[in-house]
Amino acid sequence: MSALAAILVRDMRIAVRVGGGALMGVLFFLVVVTLTPFAVGPDLALLKRIGPAILWLAALLASLLALDRLFANDHDDGSLDLILMGRAPLELVVAMKGLAHWLTTGLPLVIAAPLIGLFLNIDAAAEGALVLTLLVGTPALTFIGLIGAAIAVTLRRGGLLLAVIVLPLTVPVLIFGVAAANAAVVGPVPFGTPFTILCALTLASLVVGPFAAAAVLRQEIE
Amino acid sequence: MQRLAGKARFKLVSWFVSWLGFGPLRPGAGICLKVSPMRLTAVELHCHRGGRDVFTGVSFAVGAGEALTVTGRNGAGKSSLLRTIAGLLRSAQGRLTLDGGDPELSIGEQAHYLGHQDAIKPSLTVVENLQFWADFFGAPSSDIREALAEVGLDMLAALPAAYLSAGQRRRLSIARLIAVKRPLWLLDEPTSGLDVAAQSRLTDLMRGHLAGGGLIAAATHGPIGLDTTLELRLDQTAPSRVPAGASA
Repeated sequence: MSALAAILVRDMRIAVRVGGGALMGVLFFLVVVTLTPFAVGPDLALLKRIGPAILWLAALLASLLALDRLFANDHDDGSLDLILMGRAPLELVVAMKGLAHWLTTGLPLVIAAPLIGLFLNIDAAAEGALVLTLLVGTPALTFIGLIGAAIAVTLRRGGLLLAVIVLPLTVPVLIFGVAAANAAVVGPVPFGTPFTILCALTLASLVVGPFAAAAVLRQEIE
Repeated sequence: MQRLAGKARFKLVSWFVSWLGFGPLRPGAGICLKVSPMRLTAVELHCHRGGRDVFTGVSFAVGAGEALTVTGRNGAGKSSLLRTIAGLLRSAQGRLTLDGGDPELSIGEQAHYLGHQDAIKPSLTVVENLQFWADFFGAPSSDIREALAEVGLDMLAALPAAYLSAGQRRRLSIARLIAVKRPLWLLDEPTSGLDVAAQSRLTDLMRGHLAGGGLIAAATHGPIGLDTTLELRLDQTAPSRVPAGASA
């Protein structure tokens, strides 16, 4: 197995074992979305209108949940020192850790979204488009979050700092993600325009996130 | 900082080139050239951390088959020196070279670092922990079982590492040095937590490593039981040769 595949497999194993927190994100997502109709009331038209925004907000918060320990655990037990002494470039190791985090936290959200969409009165046709926006958009949330996770690496309780640093950076993803989902659910704006921009944001964050996070880690480790 | 960023960029580029199948960037790199025996040389190293000088003007040279023990009071900078050699800390001044090694790789990439932390994930089993580091450092996986047997953990291979005692965790860390072949061992208090039998087992392993032309730098308070030892006292900073057998 190559070094990068080894990182991916290890991180996914740790996430799905006891105390790993892979299911925490999707449970949080479920709870937030389920509570919304209780708070808003049984107004089906209103739920349909705010549904995409609720789903996206819940997905954003859920994907940040376990992120603060992503590098901090490796730093605390000395693994990060050894990773820096490996021959694999740190940027790619960071990208692999991000991918593992998305596969165990982001992807379950995407899979659960159609079911949860029923609570918010979203019809089947719009459901597909909404899931597509989450599938494309959640990797961007994770990879932007990598930067915050790297900054919080030496802090004992970095979760709050992570949220303060990362949430403003995710605003563009949120705007275009919700815009695309709204276009599919209530119209009349075309779906393609915001969706294409969302794809572009994701592609940019897939590149910028690992490089920025690796640069931060190199500084923090000293 | 500039130099560090340049190195990191080169690492990424050379990784991509070799990933594309073009082989190493420089001819002859990547294969271990046994032209000259290895030699680790430090000239006037200077470590500055947290607003104070930890050590200044540290110089030493260690050849193949030799061990350097780093001694000194608490806070003298033993761990900082090892981390500087590993490339985890930057030396403010001075020069650090490894002659006879792979010119393509940094010193840290040719070294094992056994620090205070064991780099073990409690939710993975013993064999999964070792397998990960062997895969990450690019070692053949056939050596895993042998390495576990060497440190006496083969019976516990399927046990989650959370159930290991401190000494057993240490032994699992040491198994990493056996499973992955790297010429330079940087050991920080290697005997801490080990029982008498495990300590003498570690001494045997270190002897075997030195006999194979390896190098060892160990930060220690007590004797580590090796014959050919150079001692570096960080309070004095001038290395003096210990008579053979004196530390055994």
